[in-house]
Amino acid sequence: MNSLQTAPATRLSQLNPGQEATISAIHAGSEVGLRLAALGFRIGKRLRVMRRGFLSGPLHIRLGTTDVIIRRQDALQIHVAV
Amino acid sequence: MKRVALLGMPNTGKSTFFNRLTGASARVGNWPGVTVDLLAAPILLGGHMVELVDLPGLYDLHGFSDDEKVVRHFLENNAVDLAVILVNAVQVERQLSLALQVRQLGLPCVLLLNMADEARQYGIRINVQEMAAQLGIPVVLFSAKYGDQQGEVQRTLAKTLDTARPVQLETVRRSLESDDAIEQTMGRIMEAAVEVPPRLSDNLTDQLDRLVLHPWLGLPLFFFAMFLLFQAVFWLGAPLQDGMEWLFDTLRTNALDPALAGAPEMLRGFLLDGIYSGIATVAAFVPIIVLFFLFMAVVEDTGYLSRAAYLTDALMARLGLDGRSFVMLLMGFGCNVPAVMGTRVMRSRPLRLLSMLIIPLSLCSARMQVFLFIISAVFPASQAGLALFSLYLFSFATAIVTALLFRKHFRSNEPFILELPPYRLPTLRQVLVRGWLEVRHFLTRATKIIIAGVVLVWVLTHFPMGVEEAGPESYAGIIGHWMEPLLSPLGISDQLAVALIFGFVAKEVVVGSLAVIYSLQGDALTQHLALQMDWVQAYSFMLFTLIYTPCLSTIATLKAESRSNGFALFAVVWPLALAWGVSFAFYQGARALGF
Ligand SMILES: Nc1nc2c(ncn2[C@@H]2O[C@H](COP(=O)(O)OP(=O)(O)OP(=O)(O)O)[C@@H](O)[C@H]2O)c(=O)[nH]1
Ligand SMILES: [Mg+2]
Repeated sequence: MNSLQTAPATRLSQLNPGQEATISAIHAGSEVGLRLAALGFRIGKRLRVMRRGFLSGPLHIRLGTTDVIIRRQDALQIHVAV
Repeated sequence: MKRVALLGMPNTGKSTFFNRLTGASARVGNWPGVTVDLLAAPILLGGHMVELVDLPGLYDLHGFSDDEKVVRHFLENNAVDLAVILVNAVQVERQLSLALQVRQLGLPCVLLLNMADEARQYGIRINVQEMAAQLGIPVVLFSAKYGDQQGEVQRTLAKTLDTARPVQLETVRRSLESDDAIEQTMGRIMEAAVEVPPRLSDNLTDQLDRLVLHPWLGLPLFFFAMFLLFQAVFWLGAPLQDGMEWLFDTLRTNALDPALAGAPEMLRGFLLDGIYSGIATVAAFVPIIVLFFLFMAVVEDTGYLSRAAYLTDALMARLGLDGRSFVMLLMGFGCNVPAVMGTRVMRSRPLRLLSMLIIPLSLCSARMQVFLFIISAVFPASQAGLALFSLYLFSFATAIVTALLFRKHFRSNEPFILELPPYRLPTLRQVLVRGWLEVRHFLTRATKIIIAGVVLVWVLTHFPMGVEEAGPESYAGIIGHWMEPLLSPLGISDQLAVALIFGFVAKEVVVGSLAVIYSLQGDALTQHLALQMDWVQAYSFMLFTLIYTPCLSTIATLKAESRSNGFALFAVVWPLALAWGVSFAFYQGARALGF
């Protein structure tokens, strides 16, 4: 058994409402990456999940002074450290 | 003339600032992506005659959506003497990136930190001198909406223009290609010049959002608010419309009829029963439409649209669309044309096309006039609001069905990431400017398209010479006769065929044509209409009018935006088929049930 294996990273899409975390990695293509960066998704940035949409609707995220909504599927690409 | 360009991320107040400087009335709204095209106006800045250019917002100089491309294309092909960068002061921590990118272009620039009022409320403190020193460009903290520091802004712009030296386009093009790391610089400047309180207090926006974005109350609340709105349209609108009709009637009996008493019969008929009563019937709706647009302006400025995108995205995703497509449907309530153009914020072409296919099904204000008119003639006042509301539900339903049927031909995997701006209230001035814009828009339409449509209908109902008005021998009658096999299964009489044909030009023409076809105006027309059709026929006619085809301006926009004749044709043919199917099912179904 290899106990050294690191636990799989937490994805933004897994956080619960009210939870805070720090962005550790962004695995998006360059085009989407640019948009994410412009909206405040940068490595090391602290964020908070405000709410999760009904029927697997989007997440409402607060990054500093900016509020953003993002689909769960797209939030999957963002890794966070709780 | 020197050229000054407004650059900034979406929703930072560029158009608000543009309006303040130029006195123009560019559209403003609390939604990222209101401006999707260039708008220029001349102003005097200090001693310079300047062309000020309002541009769509962009997140990044290297972005790829169609509205972002508009900006890039502009910068690549037009010499700019001064770039004015607008940044939302509250969000300077992230928006500074664009300012740094623009500065790298080597253009003379000024940084304007907008929304000083909100920054103050949030307790954000910005050391403007320090920031200017770090950036090496002038910086002013101001408010485009409320006008704080307006003088300082103008002086700074004029002063920078005095010393600005033109930059070769080639240099700009080359720097648009490159992109140096700016993250470090951003960090440094934020550290030195900006102070953000660690935890934002629970403000009004948060409290409202708890209700508006509630997991299962959110959508019902939306529909309930919509229902109340259409009740209000009748409640406020009906007396207004009556008043206008009375005014036009009085004008006719007391001034126009006597004045034209001596004129040849044909001419008198043409001027009075043709042009005058056609236009008057349409114009009677102007106050309602203005009210409706004032209301839309308030909704657009509150920031609710982004909330609607949040609430509906899960549903829209299943239709191959996203929350923004739903917002465009809502914008389409006003007029479909800007809604179709608004899809420029989408980057994936299939997603854009599918959205453009459903937007024309959105019940625009021109169709609302037709429905208000028919509903008030045929339905009792107690049911009028409900009848109108049900047509809006039909409008959503046809959009949903269309998307479901065609989503597999328009697959996209565009990510859905959208800002949620704080709630805002428009100033009275903003609302009035918007209302005036719509009146002007209506007047241009009225003087061109609507007159032309009404005149044509008059000609078709009165020629060949000597036939019974709108009778079977008139051209209108002949056309109606041809269309009979198509329209009679829908319960639509032959006489209305010409109204529908010209309604294709602009939907308001349908109302005007009714007046011409029946040679009646005001109350007399309403009463006559109630005798001509029962509620089932009326509703079937309205369903058909709702769906059957986008108006000419919308088709032109669809063609221009899709750059495809095939798509534009499809966007006309499909709704036509759908309209026939829906009206047929409704009419035959209702009759079979014994109504
Ligand atoms: N509180 C506050 N709101 C402002 C100010 N300036 C603009 N706004 C609001 O910000 C929102 C966006 O304004 P617009 O002028 O449409 O922004 P824009 O940059 O042209 O946006 P796009 O065309 O979408 O790129 C509107 O709701 C404005 O009323 C300001 O100084 N203070
Ligand atoms: Mg704008």
